[in-house]
Amino acid sequence: MTRIAIGTRKGTFFVEKTGGTWKPRLVGHPGAGSNFVARDPFTKTWWAALGHGHWGAKLSRSTDDGATWHDAPQIKYPVDARYLAPPDPTEDDDGVAPGEATLRDATLLKLWSLAFGPNGAMYVGTIPGGLFASSDGGETFALNRALWDHESRGGDHSSGQGGKVTHWFGTPAAEGEFAPGIHSIVVDPRDPKRILVAVSTAGVLETTDGGASWRGRNKGMLNDYLPDPAAEWGHDPHFVTLSAGQPDHVWQQNHSGVFYSADNAQTWKRVSKPEQGVHFGFPVCVDANDGRTAWLVPGKADQQRTAIDGALFVARTEDGGESWRDLREGLPQENAYDVVYRHALDNHDDCIAFGSTTGNLYVSENRGDRWISIASNLPPIYSVRFG
Amino acid sequence: MATVELTRHLSQFFPQFAHELAVDGSTVAELIAAIERIAPGFAFYICDERGRLRRHVNVFVDGLSVGDRARLSDPVGATSHVMIMQALSGG
Repeated sequence: MTRIAIGTRKGTFFVEKTGGTWKPRLVGHPGAGSNFVARDPFTKTWWAALGHGHWGAKLSRSTDDGATWHDAPQIKYPVDARYLAPPDPTEDDDGVAPGEATLRDATLLKLWSLAFGPNGAMYVGTIPGGLFASSDGGETFALNRALWDHESRGGDHSSGQGGKVTHWFGTPAAEGEFAPGIHSIVVDPRDPKRILVAVSTAGVLETTDGGASWRGRNKGMLNDYLPDPAAEWGHDPHFVTLSAGQPDHVWQQNHSGVFYSADNAQTWKRVSKPEQGVHFGFPVCVDANDGRTAWLVPGKADQQRTAIDGALFVARTEDGGESWRDLREGLPQENAYDVVYRHALDNHDDCIAFGSTTGNLYVSENRGDRWISIASNLPPIYSVRFG
Repeated sequence: MATVELTRHLSQFFPQFAHELAVDGSTVAELIAAIERIAPGFAFYICDERGRLRRHVNVFVDGLSVGDRARLSDPVGATSHVMIMQALSGG
């Protein structure tokens, strides 16, 4: 049975096709923010990254196929974890020079993304920018120090050896703070020691040794709002993913357009088509067998962040972004102001699904050619994942 | 033993607690540690990983809001009434 897990502002839903009809049902966490819900394909355990508001971020899991959910071992920052925070607006008498980054004790602000690998590997991307890794199926987690202490963040601040410059800035998604976050974690299906992460706001980083060392992978990226658009850091990837069957093909929906790499994220090429509305947006998904085929849900520029001209559409390319086709059949073409968040578009075989901040959920069973409205009154949708 | 009253919002995560529970401890931090022993995971709902009271959580001891939100060292008497509640916010 095809199942889609939906994380929303007010709980976790499953959507299943029974008797020829897709039906959503609330399966857990009523009233709680469910940022990302996914199934570990190796252990079959369901995981939900929750934001309880008052009570903080919590990991929840279900080992009975979603029937019951329980708090999992929780992600906690070590007491010596500090990070250089981008400068806040300063008061005249607070002792901090304007524009100077300040060292801040790290506490968990948000659980943002989950990823899985073989042999019990599990990864959790968080705000303020820590990647937590488990090698025992989520029973215990440890902060990845090589990434936390990366030179792009100013080095090792726990030992006092760190510098004063960070190239990691913040995201408004940080639950009232302004801190960086890891929203994309991609484990290479060929080699689980190779992992890409994407950080808002810094860029893409890669490890090829299971997280012992990391390097930036932002060559070819262009960030229109930086003084130097081709700077190594400062990029705002909204989401990064790759083709499971052709992992050299990596896609990035970025604040500054759509980027595609056919060489393992070694170089990126902007493949936006602004004249078709294909430029700004949050999510991207890629065909598992053809790395040149990808889907997006474009939005109207960062200043507005709504469907373009009140008409919702999905854009599909089958040639690595050389050309794009609008897919509109079954989607509202007037008075639609949906925004689709970075984790709220996913695909499985020929089935594509996405959900919006206005509680609409759409599914296509033919690669986006025609869409069916599944629900229109869900809470704001944060994540859509087949599982 | 102090009496600890939990907001019903918390009781939904820890249904094993009645609305009120009796706990030993001479400070608010000790009370929370005692509840943590009964219900592992409870303290991380109230405090962050550094032991600081979460920003939108408040604790009242005998009607007074705690003063030490960083370490919860506020004293608690043997007959104190302690309330743990969340700020009203959001939608």
